[in-house]
Amino acid sequence: MKVIYTDSLVIGGGLAGLRVAIASMQRGYDTIVLSLVPAKRSHSAAAQGGMQASLGATVKGDGDDEEVHFGDTVRGSDWGCDQDVARMFVNTAPKAIRQLTAWGVPWSRVSAGDREVVMNGKKVTITEKKEAHGLISSRDFGGTKKWRTCFTSDGTGHTMLYSMDNKAIQMGIPVHERKEAIALIHEGGVCYGAIVRDLITGELMAYVAKATTIATGGYGRLYAITTNSVISEGIGNAIALETGIATLGNMEAVQFHPTAIVPVGILTTEGCRGDGGLLLDKDGYRFMPDYEPDKKELASRDVVSRRILEHMRKGKGVASRYGDHIWLDITLLGRKHIEKNLREVKEICEYFLGIDPAKEYIPVRPTQHYSMGGIRTKATGESQTLKGLFAAGEASCWDLHGFNRLGGNSVAETVVAGMIVGEFVADYCAQNPLNVSGTTIEYFMKQEEQKITDLLTRDSGENPFELKVQMQKIMMDDVGIFRNAKDLEKAVEELKVLNQRAKNIALRNRISSSNPELVEAIRVPKMIKVAQCIAYGAMLRTESRGAHSREDYPARNDKDWLKRTLTTWKDDSTGLPEVTYEDLDIMKMELPPASRGYGVDNTVHHPDTARREAQIEEIKKANPGADRFKLQELLNPIPIPEKFKGKNERIGRGFK
Amino acid sequence: MSDQERILKFQIFRYNPQKKGDKPRMVTYEVKEAVGMTIFIALNDIREQQDPSLQFDFVCRAGICGSCAMVVNGSPTLACRTMTSTFKDGLIKLLPLPGFELIGDLSVNTGKFMRAMSERVESWIHDRNADKVNFEKLEERMDPDVADEIYELERCVECGCCVSACATKRMRPDFLSAVGFMRLARFSLDPRDKRSDEDFYEIMGDDDGVFGCMTLLGCEDYCPKDLPHQTQIAYLRRKMVLVK
Ligand SMILES: Cc1cc2nc3c(=O)[nH]c(=O)nc-3n(C[C@H](O)[C@H](O)[C@H](O)COP(=O)(O)OP(=O)(O)OC[C@H]3O[C@@H](n4cnc5c(N)ncnc54)[C@H](O)[C@@H]3O)c2cc1C
Ligand code: SF4
Ligand code: SF4
Ligand code: FES
Repeated sequence: MKVIYTDSLVIGGGLAGLRVAIASMQRGYDTIVLSLVPAKRSHSAAAQGGMQASLGATVKGDGDDEEVHFGDTVRGSDWGCDQDVARMFVNTAPKAIRQLTAWGVPWSRVSAGDREVVMNGKKVTITEKKEAHGLISSRDFGGTKKWRTCFTSDGTGHTMLYSMDNKAIQMGIPVHERKEAIALIHEGGVCYGAIVRDLITGELMAYVAKATTIATGGYGRLYAITTNSVISEGIGNAIALETGIATLGNMEAVQFHPTAIVPVGILTTEGCRGDGGLLLDKDGYRFMPDYEPDKKELASRDVVSRRILEHMRKGKGVASRYGDHIWLDITLLGRKHIEKNLREVKEICEYFLGIDPAKEYIPVRPTQHYSMGGIRTKATGESQTLKGLFAAGEASCWDLHGFNRLGGNSVAETVVAGMIVGEFVADYCAQNPLNVSGTTIEYFMKQEEQKITDLLTRDSGENPFELKVQMQKIMMDDVGIFRNAKDLEKAVEELKVLNQRAKNIALRNRISSSNPELVEAIRVPKMIKVAQCIAYGAMLRTESRGAHSREDYPARNDKDWLKRTLTTWKDDSTGLPEVTYEDLDIMKMELPPASRGYGVDNTVHHPDTARREAQIEEIKKANPGADRFKLQELLNPIPIPEKFKGKNERIGRGFK
Repeated sequence: MSDQERILKFQIFRYNPQKKGDKPRMVTYEVKEAVGMTIFIALNDIREQQDPSLQFDFVCRAGICGSCAMVVNGSPTLACRTMTSTFKDGLIKLLPLPGFELIGDLSVNTGKFMRAMSERVESWIHDRNADKVNFEKLEERMDPDVADEIYELERCVECGCCVSACATKRMRPDFLSAVGFMRLARFSLDPRDKRSDEDFYEIMGDDDGVFGCMTLLGCEDYCPKDLPHQTQIAYLRRKMVLVK
């Protein structure tokens, strides 16, 4: 049995995983990163649009700061997020981006003087300040009050990931590529690493560690059509679930992006609309202002996706052999802008659609895009229930995003969480000895070996590829943008059947080394379980909040549902996971629930909301001289690591 | 896009070095073409419907991550963004990218090569103060045009097409190759990297470096990100000649 020991094991080589690894390494702990693919090929590389950080250097970001970013994030989450986490996040994001600057990201910079931009369908001239020249620029994104999304042309994720991985290489952090974690090792409620399969040789190894961090990204591939990479399959979430101890949070919160190309689902960035692109129907009519007169195309993602679907249901979609779609028009931005700031979009249009987006409209429709749910953690990033297991990035439910994440807040989350959680991981390594018995390691190893032997020796059974397609179809058809009891009940039942069938997979290609069918056979049963968590959670949540939109329960219901869904799977032989809930305490909220400002407000309010509002008023009155920092401390004292506590400087206002 | 249904013929290199007794061979598969079909879609179709052992690498399937480079009808390119409709006779021959360790069939270990390349060129900002920067303060300013120029060179996706298309690399196994030159050009342009020309000379001032390049420009012809190899190699060479 091959056993590899380390202090900090990080599963995932995307932005979040690498940043955690850097943090634990910087603190002197032996660190290993595992990844299915070379780290630089992780899905983080695909982020085009940008990273939110309230630097406020561009003139359209004037007046931006932590408070505004906090408000946007909480509202965007439909009050589902953890406000402590949102607070730590907005305070740290400017530091994160500045650190990345020192590590090499070539952020697009502000150029002093006049420049032409497109706003609300019209060309306007804005004048950038002389003193801002050369600072990091930012663009407009949906659901934000200020232009806050910092970017590198439209290769933001690529440049961030390259700088992060380069930093990791500089520090000599080993990245064990083409390795897949297939089970966690745990004993007495403490996690001690993972059982890992080498995707080339097929060898099973035990990676034994003091602290284990899951940073495996999202689970978009549970859906038939998604913007996510083919490796975003939720395996990290599944192995946490399979411990029976760790919990998954808000799995039903799944985001659909308004503009992925039809049919293949490749994303065109929100930057298209941020920079002035419009959504048009089959008559070439700009319909968003009719639905959302205020924010129009730049309403929050969940809202725009629903409006598009609503409009298509009225017969206004463009018919195509792949079903209806609408148009994204960026022709008005002009070729020069497209070729500079939206070049990836241009390449995608050329290669996958054969069109020139400077001249032609792009066929788009809402498509699965982001997983708000994930491994539920405390604000420190550690699982609430399984000690020594941490999670960061899209795989986690740290709960920055609640029921809807803002564009640009995700890559920001990966690096900020990486910094913060990384410190807590290091603290954990410092405080805890490695106390796992050989028998436990062997037990988990044997268990995985046995599963693989079963797969390789079963004579006849189910085809893993077929099971996966069926699962993806169920999720797409019945657990999509608009949900209702009938569809969800059907999905839950059908997935239960698939779960049973997945216990009887047989292979055609029976070799244990590099074997794509075996990889599929190991993953598919896990994926189905995660899909069940989503469908079941969605069925039980009888309200609409953020991206979770129930046709039969259209109102947000704070009175009964201001709570986070927690899912565990204690007994593998049962057909369904167990669901419990964690209340969100309004009396501790810095920003008590209110209307998000889209459509009619039909929120069912919680009695605490009014009480908390009154209390906040009193606190404000009692402290008339308190500045925004003092007030924040009074309203929401948070445990931010010492390193990241300082105030952030901005031009024109210093550290105020 | 034509509506006519064609039967595509894929000739695919098959060899699994992990499997005892396996021998390299070409195998033909037939696939019914669909509208908008890419090689990514077709290969998955073959794996799911015909041969579940077929190995290949895709991640983003959108031409962004650089995972899927292979030799398509003689040219190294990103398979995921290659449409089958571009092949008039419906014959598509696929070989793994040469110059890299073969994992199996169409899958090669570009990751290992690229990490070694990054270590060799020290693909990071060299600045003793980088870890001491006070990130509470305004970031260091950068000329907006310089930032854009750096990004231009950083668009490399480490796909390896340039390496496989390079005649020099075939003769000199330790030749740094265009991907390494591009990375060096990127860092030498970056005012944050404090390395001197002498430092860069240490890395590339020999025949395994920029002086070994025969400027046949296979790299420029096949780079899927259209990076300016010719100008950058010429620039590095001039710079290095001046050092000694
Ligand atoms: C097309 C697209 C565009 C986007 N654009 C933006 C944007 O402009 N702004 C923004 O803020 N957000 C954007 N996002 C979201 C954002 O990119 C992601 O949420 C974020 O990058 C996720 O990073 P991560 O580090 O959590 O995971 P990833 O980058 O997905 O990395 C996951 C890592 O885990 C590894 N892994 C997975 N499973 C295993 C396993 N079982 N064993 C070992 N390793 C494993 C993988 O190999 C990989 O290294 C976009 C997303 C998409 C799909
Ligand atoms: S110019 Fe020719 S020899 Fe030089 S790196 Fe490019 S392909 Fe290789
Ligand atoms: S330089 Fe071009 S061809 Fe070479 S690895 Fe980078 S993207 Fe690929
Ligand atoms: S799969 Fe990412 S470039 Fe082809």
